[in-house]
Amino acid sequence: MYLRINWLMKQTFRLAGFLLVYLSPSAWAKPGDRWEMNLSPGVTELGQEVYDLHMIILWICVAIAVVVFGIMGYVLVAHRKSSGRTPATFDESTKVEIAWTIVPTLILIAMVVPATQTMIKIYDTSEADLDIMITGYQWKWKYEYIDKEGGENFSYMSIMSTPQAQIDNLEPKGENYLLEVDEPLVIPVNKKARFLLTAADVIHAWWVPALSVKKDAIPGFVNEAWTLPTEIGTYRGQCAELCGKDHGFMPIVVNVVSEEDYAVWLASKKNASKVDLSVKSKDELMASGQSLYEKNCAACHMANGAGIPGVFPALKDSPIALGDVNEHINIVVNGTPGTAMAAYGAQLKPDVLAAIITYERNAWGNATGDSVQASDITNFNQ
Amino acid sequence: MSEHHGPAKGIKRWLFATNHKDIGTMYLWFSFAMFFVGGFFAMVIRAELFQPGLQLVDPQFFNQMTTMHGLVMVFGAIMPAFVGLANWMIPMMIGAPDMALPRMNNLSFWLLPVAVTLLISTFFMEGGAPAFGWTFYAPLSTTYAPPSTTFFIFAVHILGASSIMGSINILATIINLRAPGMTYMKMPMFVWTWAITAFLLIAAMPVLAGAVTMMLMDIHFGTSFFSAAGGGDPVLFQHVFWFFGHPEVYIIILPAFGVISEIIPTFSRKPLFGYSSMVYATASIAFLSFIVWAHHMYTTGMPLAGELYFMYATMLIAIPTGVKVFNWIATMFGGALTFEAPMLFSVATVFLFSLGGFTGLMLAIAPIDFAYQESYFVVAHFHYTMVAGAIFSMTAAVYYWLPKWTGRMYNETLAKTQFWIAFVGFNLTFFPQHFVGLAGMPRRTPDYALQFADFNMMSSIGSFIYGFAQLFLLYIIIQTIRSGKENADEKTWEGANGLEWTLASPAPFHTFSTPPTVK
Repeated sequence: MYLRINWLMKQTFRLAGFLLVYLSPSAWAKPGDRWEMNLSPGVTELGQEVYDLHMIILWICVAIAVVVFGIMGYVLVAHRKSSGRTPATFDESTKVEIAWTIVPTLILIAMVVPATQTMIKIYDTSEADLDIMITGYQWKWKYEYIDKEGGENFSYMSIMSTPQAQIDNLEPKGENYLLEVDEPLVIPVNKKARFLLTAADVIHAWWVPALSVKKDAIPGFVNEAWTLPTEIGTYRGQCAELCGKDHGFMPIVVNVVSEEDYAVWLASKKNASKVDLSVKSKDELMASGQSLYEKNCAACHMANGAGIPGVFPALKDSPIALGDVNEHINIVVNGTPGTAMAAYGAQLKPDVLAAIITYERNAWGNATGDSVQASDITNFNQ
Repeated sequence: MSEHHGPAKGIKRWLFATNHKDIGTMYLWFSFAMFFVGGFFAMVIRAELFQPGLQLVDPQFFNQMTTMHGLVMVFGAIMPAFVGLANWMIPMMIGAPDMALPRMNNLSFWLLPVAVTLLISTFFMEGGAPAFGWTFYAPLSTTYAPPSTTFFIFAVHILGASSIMGSINILATIINLRAPGMTYMKMPMFVWTWAITAFLLIAAMPVLAGAVTMMLMDIHFGTSFFSAAGGGDPVLFQHVFWFFGHPEVYIIILPAFGVISEIIPTFSRKPLFGYSSMVYATASIAFLSFIVWAHHMYTTGMPLAGELYFMYATMLIAIPTGVKVFNWIATMFGGALTFEAPMLFSVATVFLFSLGGFTGLMLAIAPIDFAYQESYFVVAHFHYTMVAGAIFSMTAAVYYWLPKWTGRMYNETLAKTQFWIAFVGFNLTFFPQHFVGLAGMPRRTPDYALQFADFNMMSSIGSFIYGFAQLFLLYIIIQTIRSGKENADEKTWEGANGLEWTLASPAPFHTFSTPPTVK
């Protein structure tokens, strides 16, 4: 079952320790992220504006609260029966009632003006320096750099790199636990980047607080968002819309770099996106296939190939993995419409697919002996 | 009384119940039981979030917990609790002998256990219970959902039928069975808020039924209402859902406002301030609730004009809501206040619900909602309105009317202690969630980054305290029923007004066979 007695025992001790340490006054004085309790203005002008608006509204609310709860507190103390009072009998006052309808209306109008101005800015995606198509998948992101000069686009997947062992508490957690990826998005500083957001399966939302971007990625729609970071650095975020089992495990990392570094990165990335069509041995395919499988497929089909009964089918001993190789390639490349199985032909390069399919047909006691080459995938596509 | 037939004996009394008090009692106990079921799910959630990493449950099961916590609390606990209160109190408050449609009343109650059993049974199905959040956004809830979703859809249909029948009954009772002389503008506030709530239910529940029916068609009959691949529109689902969902939150909170408007005058020993403005404010809130739904969808990519319209319309709600809060404070102003348990819970409701109102105003403002949307700030906001608004006022109602229902008085010291435990536990749970939300923690995740660890641990400790407070409440209620001090007074509370306080305690099985006259 889900309960673990040892764990509960351990937590009880931890709780006792927590109370001892954290309830002592010195602990409260500790600075740092851990006690962060407010929005951050981030590294964009828009973010600063949103932050300022947030603070204005917050302080207006605090001021209203002080007045309203001040009066209420006074009444609760001063108008107690125990002070020997006879209750008053009034039950209306047109003047007062008109006043407390009109005053809030005026306050709301005062709030609406700056809110509308900021809202218009958020929607101004014009004159962007670069366009990046962001596609949400269960549970990773694809970044496609759109070449405005009509050259070839290139794209890559960005997947969480926190090891499962840290999540399962078998290893100590790293500094950026759950907020680290294999390949971050890279954008140049002081340039307006426009994001075109969509999704391949369910609804996701791309959220990086420091860049002041949050927008839903919806299948069948292309949404727009933008950012203009003014500081070089690494900024982290997460998927913000519940998108299934691993919703909590699809972080976003954005590296904002200098223009020179961006140019270098862009060139190397374009080069690396070429497909490796050389013939590989079965052992080579199995070796690279295992890590690629664990990265791309294990979230649903599980590392041991057993799937989750009733939700995600098993690959171990499955008729697909043991059956006709072309049918296997077909399902991986084109997906199964109407289910969670995506069309991986659009996500992964042929050499990657070849290694994964080879692994699936030979791992966990699936002993077909087949080895699938990148050229098999490209031939299949034609 | 000329007639002398009491309740039937044994199980038949409950199975074939047509008496509003018996049905009210069943609603109240049923909702209380569901409150513990939904509360247990919440405890699992908070135990998993006690510290970073996965300890107790796997992510899929965690999602089932958040989903079922929301569904059970909204449809199984809060809504039936207030229907139970309506069943008990409305006939007694308007001088009616019973509800207008007693047999339908029986049916609308007995559909509930059927629906909830169906819903809970999904845990034991292959693929597990629904795991797509209580808002069940498509296509996660259609193409990508576990097979048990069909049973969830059926359960929602039955719950909807039950709610609609309950509402028709409440409206029929209020319209037809008021005692002579009780004009609409003399009805107690609780009756008024329920009349308006019943309209909301009748208008909103069929929309929910439409949404789940479209899901059913998408899952089983090859339609593509919400599937982009077939030419459908996933955002349409959210429009339809929130067209139901936003009125739904007022369906939950308006009867709570009604309860507060009964209790505060009693313990202030002063009539409710601004009765007619209270009625108009409630009606305005109800009307506005139908034209603001897309403020839940600011980040879906609506056109700018849509964003601005929904922002302006939503901000308007602050005005009538403010009027209500000011009226409650003005009611207390100049009164002679005492703080028995019902009053403590009511004052806490006014205070904490207002905090939820402030965060609601912040969330209404679209450009900053982009920062708050789908973060723990939202979770904190709606628990301040739902728990501190609905559950606190429901607890107030139980303490307030328990002596009338049972003829026995609860132990005031225990009740006050229970209040303070609940108050501290609630705030310790949900106040830190504002902080982690603003600092960037998304909701509905089973695990979180290390920077959020301390506030989450606080939140979990608070939730265990709040959970304990509810067990304590159960103990106090049982103790009152079994061995509470006899309270035969017609009028339990010195400052109480209203027809229910003219009846014997406990209220006889049949009341107002001859209508009273209201001056």
